[in-house]
Amino acid sequence: MSTKETRITRRQALSCLATWTGAAVVWTVSGGVPRALGATGSGTPAAAASSDLTFVQISDTHIGFRKDANPDVVGSLRRAIADINGLPQTPAFVVHTGDVSHLSKPEEFGKAREVLQEIRVDRVHTIPGEHDTIDDGATGYLRYFDHDGKGRSWYSFDHAGVHFVGLNNVLNFKLGTMAALGDDQIGWLKADLANVSHSTPIVVLGHIPLWTIWEPWGWGTADSAQAMALLRPYGSVTVLNGHIHQVLQKVEGNVALHTAKSLAYPLPTPGQAGIGEPGPVTVPAGELGKLLGIRQVNVVRGRHDLALIDTPLDH
Amino acid sequence: MRYALAHAVTHPIRGVVAALVGAALFSASAIHATAAPAAKSMDVDITKFAFAPKEITIAPGTKVVWTNHDDTPHSVGASDKSFGSKGLDTDDRFEHVFASEGDFNYICTVHPFMTGVVHVRK
Repeated sequence: MSTKETRITRRQALSCLATWTGAAVVWTVSGGVPRALGATGSGTPAAAASSDLTFVQISDTHIGFRKDANPDVVGSLRRAIADINGLPQTPAFVVHTGDVSHLSKPEEFGKAREVLQEIRVDRVHTIPGEHDTIDDGATGYLRYFDHDGKGRSWYSFDHAGVHFVGLNNVLNFKLGTMAALGDDQIGWLKADLANVSHSTPIVVLGHIPLWTIWEPWGWGTADSAQAMALLRPYGSVTVLNGHIHQVLQKVEGNVALHTAKSLAYPLPTPGQAGIGEPGPVTVPAGELGKLLGIRQVNVVRGRHDLALIDTPLDH
Repeated sequence: MRYALAHAVTHPIRGVVAALVGAALFSASAIHATAAPAAKSMDVDITKFAFAPKEITIAPGTKVVWTNHDDTPHSVGASDKSFGSKGLDTDDRFEHVFASEGDFNYICTVHPFMTGVVHVRK
Protein backbone atom coordinates (compact mmCIF):
# COMPACT_ATOMS: atom_id res chain seq x y z
CA MET A 1 0.00 0.00 0.00
CA SER A 2 1.32 3.41 -0.79
CA THR A 3 1.35 5.66 2.23
CA LYS A 4 0.22 8.59 0.15
CA GLU A 5 -3.17 6.92 -0.03
CA THR A 6 -4.68 8.01 3.24
CA ARG A 7 -8.24 7.45 2.04
CA ILE A 8 -8.47 3.72 2.07
CA THR A 9 -11.14 1.11 2.52
CA ARG A 10 -11.76 -0.69 5.78
CA ARG A 11 -10.48 -3.92 4.24
CA GLN A 12 -7.28 -2.21 3.22
CA ALA A 13 -6.99 -0.67 6.66
CA LEU A 14 -7.27 -4.08 8.29
CA SER A 15 -4.64 -5.51 6.00
CA CYS A 16 -2.35 -2.69 6.99
CA LEU A 17 -2.75 -3.34 10.69
CA ALA A 18 -0.33 -6.16 10.10
CA THR A 19 2.47 -3.74 9.54
CA TRP A 20 1.88 -1.09 12.17
CA THR A 21 3.68 -2.70 15.07
CA GLY A 22 6.64 -4.88 15.70
CA ALA A 23 9.41 -3.39 13.67
CA ALA A 24 12.14 -0.81 13.89
CA VAL A 25 13.26 1.28 10.96
CA VAL A 26 16.91 1.24 9.98
CA TRP A 27 18.27 4.54 8.80
CA THR A 28 21.53 5.26 7.06
CA VAL A 29 23.11 8.54 6.05
CA SER A 30 25.17 8.44 2.91
CA GLY A 31 26.47 11.56 1.24
CA GLY A 32 24.37 13.67 3.57
CA VAL A 33 21.07 12.12 2.54
CA PRO A 34 19.30 9.92 5.12
CA ARG A 35 17.64 6.85 3.59
CA ALA A 36 15.55 4.17 5.24
CA LEU A 37 17.20 0.85 4.50
CA GLY A 38 14.11 -1.13 5.45
CA ALA A 39 12.38 -2.44 8.50
CA THR A 40 13.99 -5.02 10.70
CA GLY A 41 12.57 -8.52 10.93
CA SER A 42 12.69 -9.34 7.25
CA GLY A 43 15.81 -11.46 7.79
CA THR A 44 17.81 -9.63 5.19
CA PRO A 45 17.80 -5.88 5.73
CA ALA A 46 19.67 -4.02 3.04
CA ALA A 47 23.30 -3.60 3.96
CA ALA A 48 24.78 -0.13 4.20
CA ALA A 49 28.26 0.71 3.03
CA SER A 50 30.63 0.34 5.95
CA SER A 51 31.48 4.03 5.82
CA ASP A 52 27.84 5.10 6.13
CA LEU A 53 26.20 6.22 9.33
CA THR A 54 23.48 3.80 10.28
CA PHE A 55 21.02 4.25 13.10
CA VAL A 56 17.70 2.77 14.10
CA GLN A 57 14.41 4.47 14.92
CA ILE A 58 11.89 2.92 17.27
CA SER A 59 8.84 4.66 18.68
CA ASP A 60 5.79 4.55 20.90
CA THR A 61 6.70 1.61 23.12
CA HIS A 62 3.99 2.61 25.66
CA ILE A 63 5.58 0.57 28.45
CA GLY A 64 2.81 0.03 31.00
CA PHE A 65 0.05 -0.48 28.42
CA ARG A 66 -1.66 -3.82 29.02
CA LYS A 67 -5.04 -3.58 27.32
CA ASP A 68 -6.41 -5.97 24.73
CA ALA A 69 -4.77 -4.23 21.79
CA ASN A 70 -1.42 -5.54 23.07
CA PRO A 71 -1.15 -7.18 26.51
CA ASP A 72 2.65 -7.63 26.13
CA VAL A 73 4.29 -4.43 24.95
CA VAL A 74 7.58 -5.41 26.62
CA GLY A 75 7.57 -8.56 24.52
CA SER A 76 7.00 -6.52 21.39
CA LEU A 77 9.90 -4.25 22.29
CA ARG A 78 12.13 -7.26 22.90
CA ARG A 79 11.26 -8.67 19.47
CA ALA A 80 12.40 -5.40 17.95
CA ILE A 81 15.55 -5.44 20.08
CA ALA A 82 16.39 -8.94 18.86
CA ASP A 83 16.08 -7.68 15.29
CA ILE A 84 18.24 -4.64 16.00
CA ASN A 85 20.89 -6.74 17.70
CA GLY A 86 20.87 -9.04 14.68
CA LEU A 87 21.54 -6.36 12.11
CA PRO A 88 24.55 -7.11 9.90
CA GLN A 89 25.96 -3.66 10.60
CA THR A 90 25.78 -2.45 14.19
CA PRO A 91 23.92 0.87 14.24
CA ALA A 92 25.71 3.87 15.71
CA PHE A 93 22.79 4.41 18.07
CA VAL A 94 19.04 4.09 18.44
CA VAL A 95 16.54 6.93 18.54
CA HIS A 96 13.20 6.54 20.30
CA THR A 97 10.67 9.10 19.13
CA GLY A 98 8.51 9.29 22.23
CA ASP A 99 5.75 7.68 24.28
CA VAL A 100 8.36 5.59 26.01
CA SER A 101 5.80 5.01 28.77
CA HIS A 102 2.03 4.82 28.77
CA LEU A 103 1.12 6.70 31.97
CA SER A 104 4.33 8.57 32.90
CA LYS A 105 4.75 6.32 35.93
CA PRO A 106 8.26 5.99 37.43
CA GLU A 107 8.09 2.21 37.23
CA GLU A 108 7.24 2.45 33.53
CA PHE A 109 10.19 4.73 32.83
CA GLY A 110 12.41 2.44 34.88
CA LYS A 111 11.27 -0.67 33.06
CA ALA A 112 11.69 1.02 29.69
CA ARG A 113 15.22 2.15 30.51
CA GLU A 114 16.09 -1.34 31.72
CA VAL A 115 14.83 -3.05 28.58
CA LEU A 116 16.32 -0.46 26.22
CA GLN A 117 19.73 -1.26 27.73
CA GLU A 118 19.40 -4.69 26.12
CA ILE A 119 20.03 -3.07 22.77
CA ARG A 120 23.66 -3.58 21.87
CA VAL A 121 24.43 0.03 21.02
CA ASP A 122 26.25 2.71 22.97
CA ARG A 123 23.37 5.14 23.17
CA VAL A 124 19.61 5.39 22.91
CA HIS A 125 18.40 8.94 22.29
CA THR A 126 14.86 9.48 23.49
CA ILE A 127 12.42 12.36 23.30
CA PRO A 128 9.19 12.64 25.31
CA GLY A 129 5.72 11.91 23.99
CA GLU A 130 2.52 13.19 25.55
CA HIS A 131 2.19 9.90 27.46
CA ASP A 132 5.54 10.69 29.13
CA THR A 133 4.47 14.11 30.40
CA ILE A 134 1.01 13.49 31.83
CA ASP A 135 1.29 14.62 35.44
CA ASP A 136 4.20 17.00 35.80
CA GLY A 137 5.40 17.96 32.36
CA ALA A 138 8.77 16.44 31.52
CA THR A 139 9.99 16.34 35.14
CA GLY A 140 9.32 12.66 35.79
CA TYR A 141 10.55 11.66 32.33
CA LEU A 142 13.81 13.56 32.81
CA ARG A 143 14.62 11.61 35.97
CA TYR A 144 15.18 8.64 33.67
CA PHE A 145 15.96 10.13 30.27
CA ASP A 146 17.86 13.37 30.71
CA HIS A 147 19.88 13.40 27.50
CA ASP A 148 22.68 15.73 28.49
CA GLY A 149 22.12 16.32 32.20
CA LYS A 150 20.76 19.80 31.62
CA GLY A 151 17.30 19.05 32.94
CA ARG A 152 15.80 19.96 29.59
CA SER A 153 13.79 17.77 27.25
CA TRP A 154 15.28 19.17 24.03
CA TYR A 155 18.87 18.85 22.86
CA SER A 156 21.19 18.55 19.91
CA PHE A 157 24.32 16.60 19.08
CA ASP A 158 26.54 15.94 16.09
CA HIS A 159 27.48 12.58 14.72
CA ALA A 160 29.46 11.79 11.58
CA GLY A 161 28.81 15.20 10.10
CA VAL A 162 25.08 15.11 10.77
CA HIS A 163 23.43 17.54 13.19
CA PHE A 164 20.73 15.84 15.26
CA VAL A 165 18.06 17.82 17.10
CA GLY A 166 15.71 16.27 19.67
CA LEU A 167 12.57 18.28 20.42
CA ASN A 168 9.69 18.23 22.88
CA ASN A 169 6.52 19.15 21.02
CA VAL A 170 3.98 17.66 23.44
CA LEU A 171 3.57 20.53 25.91
CA ASN A 172 2.59 24.21 25.92
CA PHE A 173 -1.03 23.35 25.55
CA LYS A 174 -3.61 26.03 24.98
CA LEU A 175 -7.33 25.50 25.20
CA GLY A 176 -8.53 23.36 22.33
CA THR A 177 -5.37 23.62 20.26
CA MET A 178 -2.72 21.17 19.25
CA ALA A 179 0.45 20.77 21.31
CA ALA A 180 3.37 23.02 20.55
CA LEU A 181 7.09 23.59 20.87
CA GLY A 182 6.69 26.90 22.67
CA ASP A 183 8.65 30.13 22.40
CA ASP A 184 11.48 29.05 24.69
CA GLN A 185 12.25 25.99 22.64
CA ILE A 186 11.93 27.77 19.30
CA GLY A 187 14.33 30.41 20.62
CA TRP A 188 16.72 27.65 21.60
CA LEU A 189 16.38 25.98 18.18
CA LYS A 190 17.18 29.25 16.42
CA ALA A 191 20.32 29.73 18.52
CA ASP A 192 21.33 26.09 18.07
CA LEU A 193 21.00 26.19 14.28
CA ALA A 194 22.86 29.51 14.07
CA ASN A 195 26.06 27.53 14.54
CA VAL A 196 25.26 24.94 11.88
CA SER A 197 26.16 25.52 8.22
CA HIS A 198 23.40 25.17 5.64
CA SER A 199 25.25 22.31 3.97
CA THR A 200 25.12 20.19 7.13
CA PRO A 201 22.49 17.45 7.02
CA ILE A 202 19.93 17.88 9.80
CA VAL A 203 17.90 15.14 11.46
CA VAL A 204 15.09 16.35 13.73
CA LEU A 205 13.35 14.11 16.25
CA GLY A 206 9.88 15.13 17.43
CA HIS A 207 7.13 12.95 18.84
CA ILE A 208 4.02 14.48 17.32
CA PRO A 209 4.25 15.06 13.56
CA LEU A 210 5.69 18.45 12.68
CA TRP A 211 3.07 18.84 10.00
CA THR A 212 -0.67 18.81 10.46
CA ILE A 213 -1.98 15.37 9.54
CA TRP A 214 -5.40 15.48 11.25
CA GLU A 215 -6.12 18.43 13.49
CA PRO A 216 -9.33 17.08 15.11
CA TRP A 217 -7.18 14.36 16.70
CA GLY A 218 -4.31 16.68 17.60
CA TRP A 219 -2.09 15.07 14.96
CA GLY A 220 0.07 18.10 14.36
CA THR A 221 2.17 20.75 16.10
CA ALA A 222 0.55 24.14 16.58
CA ASP A 223 3.72 26.17 15.95
CA SER A 224 5.52 23.82 13.56
CA ALA A 225 5.61 26.57 10.90
CA GLN A 226 8.10 28.49 13.03
CA ALA A 227 10.37 25.46 13.28
CA MET A 228 10.02 24.76 9.55
CA ALA A 229 11.04 28.33 8.77
CA LEU A 230 14.27 27.78 10.69
CA LEU A 231 14.96 24.47 8.92
CA ARG A 232 14.04 25.50 5.37
CA PRO A 233 17.44 27.02 4.44
CA TYR A 234 19.19 23.70 4.96
CA GLY A 235 19.97 21.44 2.03
CA SER A 236 18.97 18.19 3.72
CA VAL A 237 16.48 18.01 6.59
CA THR A 238 14.86 14.79 7.74
CA VAL A 239 12.19 14.94 10.44
CA LEU A 240 11.43 11.70 12.27
CA ASN A 241 8.15 11.56 14.20
CA GLY A 242 6.07 8.99 16.08
CA HIS A 243 2.69 9.45 17.78
CA ILE A 244 0.35 8.21 15.05
CA HIS A 245 1.58 4.57 15.05
CA GLN A 246 1.80 4.29 11.30
CA VAL A 247 4.14 5.30 8.52
CA LEU A 248 3.34 8.46 6.60
CA GLN A 249 5.60 10.78 4.68
CA LYS A 250 5.56 14.34 3.47
CA VAL A 251 8.18 16.28 1.54
CA GLU A 252 8.39 20.08 1.65
CA GLY A 253 11.28 21.35 -0.43
CA ASN A 254 14.42 20.00 1.21
CA VAL A 255 12.52 18.86 4.29
CA ALA A 256 11.29 15.26 4.37
CA LEU A 257 9.01 14.31 7.25
CA HIS A 258 8.32 10.71 8.27
CA THR A 259 6.18 9.15 10.95
CA ALA A 260 7.06 5.74 12.37
CA LYS A 261 5.33 2.59 13.45
CA SER A 262 4.61 1.89 17.10
CA LEU A 263 5.88 -1.08 19.09
CA ALA A 264 2.68 -1.20 21.13
CA TYR A 265 -0.61 -1.11 19.23
CA PRO A 266 -2.16 0.17 16.01
CA LEU A 267 -4.12 3.39 15.67
CA PRO A 268 -6.67 4.27 13.01
CA THR A 269 -5.70 6.02 9.83
CA PRO A 270 -6.13 9.80 10.03
CA GLY A 271 -9.79 10.55 10.62
CA GLN A 272 -10.68 6.98 9.69
CA ALA A 273 -14.39 6.60 9.01
CA GLY A 274 -16.30 4.42 11.44
CA ILE A 275 -13.80 4.82 14.29
CA GLY A 276 -14.12 8.40 15.35
CA GLU A 277 -11.24 8.70 17.80
CA PRO A 278 -7.51 7.93 17.87
CA GLY A 279 -7.67 5.07 20.40
CA PRO A 280 -5.91 1.70 20.33
CA VAL A 281 -7.31 -0.64 17.68
CA THR A 282 -7.89 -4.16 19.00
CA VAL A 283 -7.81 -6.86 16.37
CA PRO A 284 -9.72 -10.14 16.91
CA ALA A 285 -8.29 -12.62 19.42
CA GLY A 286 -5.47 -14.68 17.95
CA GLU A 287 -5.01 -12.34 15.04
CA LEU A 288 -2.45 -9.91 16.41
CA GLY A 289 0.47 -12.31 16.02
CA LYS A 290 -0.45 -12.91 12.39
CA LEU A 291 -0.97 -9.24 11.85
CA LEU A 292 2.36 -8.16 13.24
CA GLY A 293 4.71 -7.69 10.40
CA ILE A 294 7.63 -5.92 8.89
CA ARG A 295 7.82 -3.21 6.33
CA GLN A 296 10.76 -2.61 4.10
CA VAL A 297 11.05 1.08 3.36
CA ASN A 298 13.21 2.81 0.81
CA VAL A 299 13.21 6.57 0.90
CA VAL A 300 14.83 8.66 -1.78
CA ARG A 301 14.90 12.33 -0.92
CA GLY A 302 13.03 14.40 -3.45
CA ARG A 303 10.60 11.60 -4.26
CA HIS A 304 7.11 12.03 -2.92
CA ASP A 305 6.22 8.40 -2.45
CA LEU A 306 7.78 5.66 -0.37
CA ALA A 307 8.57 2.27 -1.82
CA LEU A 308 7.08 -0.19 0.62
CA ILE A 309 7.09 -3.96 0.90
CA ASP A 310 4.91 -5.38 3.68
CA THR A 311 5.45 -8.90 4.98
CA PRO A 312 3.66 -10.42 7.99
CA LEU A 313 5.80 -12.05 10.67
CA ASP A 314 3.93 -15.36 10.32
CA HIS A 315 4.87 -16.19 6.78
CA MET B 1 -32.41 26.58 44.14
CA ARG B 2 -34.86 26.07 47.00
CA TYR B 3 -37.75 25.99 44.62
CA ALA B 4 -35.99 23.47 42.42
CA LEU B 5 -35.41 21.18 45.36
CA ALA B 6 -39.09 21.31 46.30
CA HIS B 7 -39.93 20.71 42.69
CA ALA B 8 -37.74 17.62 42.67
CA VAL B 9 -39.51 16.26 45.72
CA THR B 10 -43.00 16.74 44.37
CA HIS B 11 -42.10 15.62 40.88
CA PRO B 12 -39.32 13.08 41.36
CA ILE B 13 -39.11 11.99 37.73
CA ARG B 14 -38.74 15.52 36.49
CA GLY B 15 -36.19 16.09 39.27
CA VAL B 16 -34.07 13.24 37.97
CA VAL B 17 -34.24 14.68 34.51
CA ALA B 18 -33.13 18.00 35.92
CA ALA B 19 -30.22 16.31 37.65
CA LEU B 20 -29.10 14.67 34.44
CA VAL B 21 -29.50 17.61 32.15
CA GLY B 22 -29.27 20.62 34.35
CA ALA B 23 -29.54 23.21 31.66
CA ALA B 24 -32.72 21.64 30.36
CA LEU B 25 -34.48 22.52 33.59
CA PHE B 26 -34.71 26.12 32.52
CA SER B 27 -36.67 25.27 29.41
CA ALA B 28 -38.66 22.45 31.00
CA SER B 29 -39.72 24.60 33.91
CA ALA B 30 -39.62 28.02 32.39
CA ILE B 31 -41.91 29.52 34.99
CA HIS B 32 -39.32 28.88 37.68
CA ALA B 33 -37.04 31.57 36.38
CA THR B 34 -34.62 31.41 39.29
CA ALA B 35 -34.45 27.64 39.43
CA ALA B 36 -31.06 25.94 39.29
CA PRO B 37 -30.34 22.23 39.02
CA ALA B 38 -31.05 20.24 42.16
CA ALA B 39 -28.13 17.86 41.69
CA LYS B 40 -25.34 17.83 44.26
CA SER B 41 -23.30 15.49 42.14
CA MET B 42 -22.99 15.25 38.40
CA ASP B 43 -21.17 12.70 36.27
CA VAL B 44 -19.13 13.51 33.19
CA ASP B 45 -18.01 10.58 31.08
CA ILE B 46 -14.69 10.62 29.28
CA THR B 47 -15.29 8.38 26.32
CA LYS B 48 -14.05 8.18 22.75
CA PHE B 49 -11.68 11.10 23.34
CA ALA B 50 -14.47 13.46 24.40
CA PHE B 51 -16.14 14.79 27.54
CA ALA B 52 -19.83 13.91 27.73
CA PRO B 53 -21.66 16.10 28.39
CA LYS B 54 -19.17 18.57 27.01
CA GLU B 55 -20.97 21.47 28.71
CA ILE B 56 -22.78 21.33 32.05
CA THR B 57 -24.51 23.86 34.31
CA ILE B 58 -24.53 23.21 38.06
CA ALA B 59 -25.29 25.01 41.31
CA PRO B 60 -22.50 26.07 43.66
CA GLY B 61 -21.50 23.24 45.96
CA THR B 62 -22.09 20.57 43.34
CA LYS B 63 -19.52 17.83 42.94
CA VAL B 64 -18.56 16.82 39.42
CA VAL B 65 -17.21 13.32 38.89
CA TRP B 66 -15.25 12.54 35.72
CA THR B 67 -14.70 8.88 34.81
CA ASN B 68 -12.36 7.75 32.04
CA HIS B 69 -13.91 4.93 29.98
CA ASP B 70 -11.22 4.88 27.27
CA ASP B 71 -8.23 2.55 26.92
CA THR B 72 -6.15 5.70 26.58
CA PRO B 73 -5.19 7.87 29.57
CA HIS B 74 -6.84 11.24 29.85
CA SER B 75 -6.84 14.07 32.36
CA VAL B 76 -8.97 17.00 33.47
CA GLY B 77 -7.18 20.34 33.69
CA ALA B 78 -8.77 23.74 34.24
CA SER B 79 -7.59 26.56 32.00
CA ASP B 80 -7.29 28.77 35.10
CA LYS B 81 -5.49 25.98 37.01
CA SER B 82 -8.22 26.02 39.69
CA PHE B 83 -8.56 22.24 39.45
CA GLY B 84 -6.73 19.43 37.75
CA SER B 85 -6.37 15.67 37.85
CA LYS B 86 -3.44 13.34 37.53
CA GLY B 87 -3.46 11.06 34.51
CA LEU B 88 -6.60 8.94 34.59
CA ASP B 89 -6.21 5.37 33.41
CA THR B 90 -9.20 3.31 32.35
CA ASP B 91 -12.02 3.54 34.95
CA ASP B 92 -10.12 6.07 37.07
CA ARG B 93 -12.24 8.90 38.49
CA PHE B 94 -11.58 12.52 39.39
CA GLU B 95 -13.86 14.65 41.56
CA HIS B 96 -14.05 18.36 42.11
CA VAL B 97 -16.57 20.40 44.11
CA PHE B 98 -17.38 23.76 42.56
CA ALA B 99 -17.84 26.17 45.45
CA SER B 100 -18.39 29.44 43.65
CA GLU B 101 -20.07 30.75 40.54
CA GLY B 102 -18.23 31.06 37.27
CA ASP B 103 -17.46 29.49 33.92
CA PHE B 104 -14.70 26.92 34.08
CA ASN B 105 -13.14 25.79 30.83
CA TYR B 106 -11.03 22.66 30.97
CA ILE B 107 -9.11 20.34 28.68
CA CYS B 108 -7.52 16.94 28.69
CA THR B 109 -3.89 17.97 29.04
CA VAL B 110 -2.84 14.79 27.24
CA HIS B 111 -5.13 15.59 24.29
CA PRO B 112 -5.76 19.33 24.37
CA PHE B 113 -8.31 19.15 21.55
CA MET B 114 -10.64 17.59 24.13
CA THR B 115 -12.46 20.48 25.79
CA GLY B 116 -15.30 20.93 28.25
CA VAL B 117 -16.88 23.67 30.31
CA VAL B 118 -18.62 23.80 33.68
CA HIS B 119 -21.02 26.69 34.29
CA VAL B 120 -21.67 27.29 37.97
CA ARG B 121 -24.82 29.33 38.59
CA LYS B 122 -26.93 30.07 41.66
